[in-house]
Amino acid sequence: MMTRLKASLLAFAVLAASAGFAVAQEADQPKPPEQNWSFHGVFGRFDQAQLQRGFQVYREVCSNCHRLSIPFRTLEDQDGPGYSEAQVKALAATYQVTNDEPNDQGKIFQRPGTPADTFPPPDAFPNDQAAAAALGKAPPDMWLLAKSIKYERGFPWFITDVFTGYQEDGTDLIYGVLTGYTHKDDPQWNLYYPGHRIAMPMPLQDGAVKYTDGTPDTVQNYAKDVAAFLTWAAEPTMMERKRIGFRAIVFLIVLSVLMYLVKKRIWADAH
Amino acid sequence: MDGHSTYVPKSGIARWLEQRLPILGLMHSSFISYPTPRNLNYFWTFGAILSAMLGIQIITGVVLAMHYVPSSKMAFDSIEHIMRDVNFGWLVRYLHTNGASFFFLAVYMHIFRGMYYGSYKSPREVLWILGVIIYVLMMATAFMGYVLPWGQMSFAGATVITNLFTAIPLVGTPIAHWLWGGYAVGDPTLNRFFSLHYLLPFMIVGVVVLHVWALHVVGQNNPDGVDVKDVARDTVPFTPYATVKDAFGVCVFFIIYAWFVFFIPNYLLDADNYNPANPLVTPAHIVPEWYLLPFYAILRAIPNKLMGVLALAAAMGLLVFLPWLDTSPVRSGKYRPLFRFFFWIFVICCVGLGYLGSQEVSDSATLVARILALGYFGYLIVVLPVLGLVEKTKPVPTSIADAVLPKGVAAAE
Repeated sequence: MMTRLKASLLAFAVLAASAGFAVAQEADQPKPPEQNWSFHGVFGRFDQAQLQRGFQVYREVCSNCHRLSIPFRTLEDQDGPGYSEAQVKALAATYQVTNDEPNDQGKIFQRPGTPADTFPPPDAFPNDQAAAAALGKAPPDMWLLAKSIKYERGFPWFITDVFTGYQEDGTDLIYGVLTGYTHKDDPQWNLYYPGHRIAMPMPLQDGAVKYTDGTPDTVQNYAKDVAAFLTWAAEPTMMERKRIGFRAIVFLIVLSVLMYLVKKRIWADAH
Repeated sequence: MDGHSTYVPKSGIARWLEQRLPILGLMHSSFISYPTPRNLNYFWTFGAILSAMLGIQIITGVVLAMHYVPSSKMAFDSIEHIMRDVNFGWLVRYLHTNGASFFFLAVYMHIFRGMYYGSYKSPREVLWILGVIIYVLMMATAFMGYVLPWGQMSFAGATVITNLFTAIPLVGTPIAHWLWGGYAVGDPTLNRFFSLHYLLPFMIVGVVVLHVWALHVVGQNNPDGVDVKDVARDTVPFTPYATVKDAFGVCVFFIIYAWFVFFIPNYLLDADNYNPANPLVTPAHIVPEWYLLPFYAILRAIPNKLMGVLALAAAMGLLVFLPWLDTSPVRSGKYRPLFRFFFWIFVICCVGLGYLGSQEVSDSATLVARILALGYFGYLIVVLPVLGLVEKTKPVPTSIADAVLPKGVAAAE
């Protein structure tokens, strides 16, 4: 029976490989290079300084066109950027937000933001229609961007990913796109964007954002930091998840071993 | 099968209850003294695993429904609210979405085990058919659940699947309109899918009760496929033997489930479903969840829409007739060498169809999908009926005890 099974597995491997022609066909669409992310894997953790730099890049560059629908208060998250309460309060107050309810005179009014408010849309584009009218295509809301885009992993990576725990395909693609403007004469040509035509012209230049912690002001660093920040924005509970997950799996392994020993003992007289 | 149904109420309260509603006795004979064949292997633990998964899906589902808003305007944001703001909401939601996949993983192991060991054969035909009904209900439930987050793939999936009904001549389009509650997938569709997604799991529970009832009437099949002849020699009581073995099986299954939930929770989800549904933008590549992919590949392999839908229905419907399509008197594949060969081919066809269902359409992919679909149907319609008539099977052991116990022990007992 084992030889049959092996033969079957072999047959399937041949089948899968022959069906993998789709991968070969897409050779002109290179995969973004995989980066070393601090939050990868079972013990991966967000790097707070990196998230703060990434937020700086978002705030100074991306936020001109991209919305980020997360509340200010989440920036205090100790598993995330970890800003202080006072910092977040001050930051929120620099934004003008539209109050949900009208005032006593029945007028909808603007007021300074509080930590409970969500980041308002970019000043230039109050809604998607306005953005689409000006830019041709509305820039996506960035709160889920790191989870809502991906690239084809292809065979056999889509299988090995199960074991390596690779979940950073969206993060790698963000980094890839931000560093993928390789045709200097064509600002809308991107090596990693599907189809290579991207509506967003190259958004980052060396030195465009001034880091204060000594990190070199390069496009690579901006791209890496903002990709990490957006990953946190898309999955702010990741640290809690991994912490609980490690304990849960250790618990289940111990329980399984005990169950196996009990089972062996009970079945001892049945054989 | 009444083996050791020997329940004697111990306390006064139990005796009082037992005389009025013999539910304790029912539990005792079903889950404690119930005789299970002593030669069962670990593939028989999937029944318990499936019960556990059904329980997890219902509990997490009820909690999610407390926070979810079934409206096209708020559904997507309410899921993110669960993920970010609800205490352990991310855990409940990832348990539920990955739970669906693991429920199907377990059900496929359970179905293929039944097919390999001939568990569908007389006298277990009704047991098998009830199982097929559960499977179809699971697919309907999973499909409607996938629509609820109201992401891009939810919307595209709902549109593709409900549009299948328009292939039916004359009444197809009115049926689709009736399902949608309008002229396209929209708010009314989402609302009714939520309602049905909450209802169907309890229908599954009902059919599961019938499934277990039927199982306990005819008794479990076993790897050797021979009937229990002597309860004392061939079987062991369900508790503690099967309960502890099942508990071990469930624990190991949960380790893999937990790995997905905690460390690769989005591996099985489509990234595009993290984009809110937008009827004006159709995803470039519409794919259903993995557990529906083989059927999706069969649907796409056939150029004519109506024929494709009929093939899809036949691929599921034929399973009902499996007990009569297989003509062999020998149950277990263990004693049918030729059957085993074709069985693995059938498994390869199913997996291959699943892979192709996930790939974009191309001429060569369609050709391979057609060959594999031919293999799928060929196994059920041609191979199984013919094989039973021509195959030379190996000698089957005279009893379960003879098959598993060392010769001396079997004789001594």
